Amino acid sequence: MNMITEATKPTIQFTPERLERAKQSIADYPEGKQKSALLPLLHILQEQEGWTSPEGMDYVASLLDIEPIEVYEVASFYTMYHLNPVGKHVIEYCRTGPCCLMGGEEVYAHLKQRLGIDTGQTTVDGQFTIKEVECLAACGMGPVFQIREQYYMHLTNDRVDEIIDELSK
Amino acid sequence: MATKILTEHVNVPGIETFDVYRKQGGYTALEKALKTMTPEAVVEEVKKAGVRGRGGAGFPMGMKWSFLAKPEGVPRYLVCNADESEPGTFKDHYLMKNLPHLLIEGMIISSFALGANKSFIYVRGELMYVIRILEKAIAEAKAKGFLGKNILGSGYDLELVVQPGGGAYICGEETALLESLEGKRGNPRNKPPFPAVKGLYQCPTVVNNVESIATTPWIMNNGGDAYAAIGIGRSTGTKLISASGHINKPGVYEIELGVPVEDFLYADEWCGGIRPGHKFKALVAGGSSVPILPANLALKLENGDKRLMTYESLSEGGFKTGTMLGSGGFIVFDETSCIVRNTWNFSRFYHHESCGQCSPCREGTGWMEKVLHRIEYGHGHQRDVDLLVDVASKIEGNTICPLGDAAAWPVASAIRHFRDEFLWHITNPQEATQPGAVYRGEMALV
Repeated sequence: MNMITEATKPTIQFTPERLERAKQSIADYPEGKQKSALLPLLHILQEQEGWTSPEGMDYVASLLDIEPIEVYEVASFYTMYHLNPVGKHVIEYCRTGPCCLMGGEEVYAHLKQRLGIDTGQTTVDGQFTIKEVECLAACGMGPVFQIREQYYMHLTNDRVDEIIDELSK
Repeated sequence: MATKILTEHVNVPGIETFDVYRKQGGYTALEKALKTMTPEAVVEEVKKAGVRGRGGAGFPMGMKWSFLAKPEGVPRYLVCNADESEPGTFKDHYLMKNLPHLLIEGMIISSFALGANKSFIYVRGELMYVIRILEKAIAEAKAKGFLGKNILGSGYDLELVVQPGGGAYICGEETALLESLEGKRGNPRNKPPFPAVKGLYQCPTVVNNVESIATTPWIMNNGGDAYAAIGIGRSTGTKLISASGHINKPGVYEIELGVPVEDFLYADEWCGGIRPGHKFKALVAGGSSVPILPANLALKLENGDKRLMTYESLSEGGFKTGTMLGSGGFIVFDETSCIVRNTWNFSRFYHHESCGQCSPCREGTGWMEKVLHRIEYGHGHQRDVDLLVDVASKIEGNTICPLGDAAAWPVASAIRHFRDEFLWHITNPQEATQPGAVYRGEMALV
């Protein structure tokens, strides 16, 4: 284990259920290769905290017995990890060619107008964040966006309104 | 009726569960392999089948398997590449979501053949709901004795682990995937050594695509020769094609390799033709990385023969008039599509996804995006078209991994076949930047 002093003691912890899942994930890999569980653990962290906070990343480093920098450099490489706080619902829309061919650009413009924010921003009430992402592997069902694990496909302006209404309830 | 090797039972209700999959003949191939065949015999059948890597590279799977080093006392690994991220491609998503047990059965057979006792399925993290489907299926298979210790009393042990990615196209490159699986940034490795010698944890490793691995149950049941009898020449078997864009029936279709492009595009069985009232302008046949073709060259070879959905026919004519089958991401463009805008869009993708290790790719993808952006937004210069060709040519072949080539080809091919459209943007910026403006000059629409 890393030297844990009072100063470096993690300020957050996983819930017991999540800690159990994290331990199972670590056990999936050969002994001494626990760093392999880094991506799965970052997903668990984000699921709990909403983002991969510095404190959370330090905590993950302690669970994996690696240096915090090894976590930061990885979290910043991949697009799924939010390095800043986000809204309750993060809408990640696909901006890549096939979705745009199916009218994605118009639909996403409507989404931004509806929420009154641009890509990368969060609504004042903290409910919605919009992010643009690359291809989500659902090109035949475009335009597409994702909110957490859920895919929303064949989007139109009306459908976007319905989804926002539903989530705003 | 065309043979369906992967998707025959895809519409059976409940096929994602162990019981229904089993009732449809699932896991009989595994029983056959583990109880009646040696690992070497399994490899031999896959070699005879001539399956080529379905992730895009098209490298013969059996040959890849035979390169695997087998030093004494060192574990070997099989890693399934399910990081499907190539724009236009969504077939592995479809396969895993609908037929998780087919992939799992294939993973067990393939792991047995390679002598791996721990195997991984690396799924792009965005598909978390698919990961949950796979994990559930793995738990079912384990409960039935098809995974874990001493599978079906054969003495063979296998653990199967599903690893989520973190969102990075580059991790579809096999050595970047291995880095990512080790909990690192997805920077591709220098080769050699190849993964077959030093892969995961520096141990001998095979990385295969989802669709490739999913062919193995059928091959065990029917034999490699039967598989090789389907298709044409070195394009054996069937291929999942992800069809998107301006067609009547987007979706995933399993075709026997050798179907004419024209039939695939127009037949009701598949894409069902261009959407009503529109004409066929261009095709990206194998995912965003492969050269784009104008309609006439997509349908016919230079000699007038029909172009076929095979590795060979699609690449006929080289990059001058041909393209590649790639991952089978079939993106169709009608006459309302702006080739400049789409090329800029694809360039932005590669710029965003470049890992940044190699300067030609890191800098070149950025410059291509910038120059394409200024052409698209009415600030292009006459010299920009040749500048793009020059930048693309300096990326191609000069990088550790194929992302550089994949970034260069769409740009070079778009200019090769649609140069007048680029020039029109540059010489008519006011007209070209109107909302919905599209080049209507001379071109071969079908």
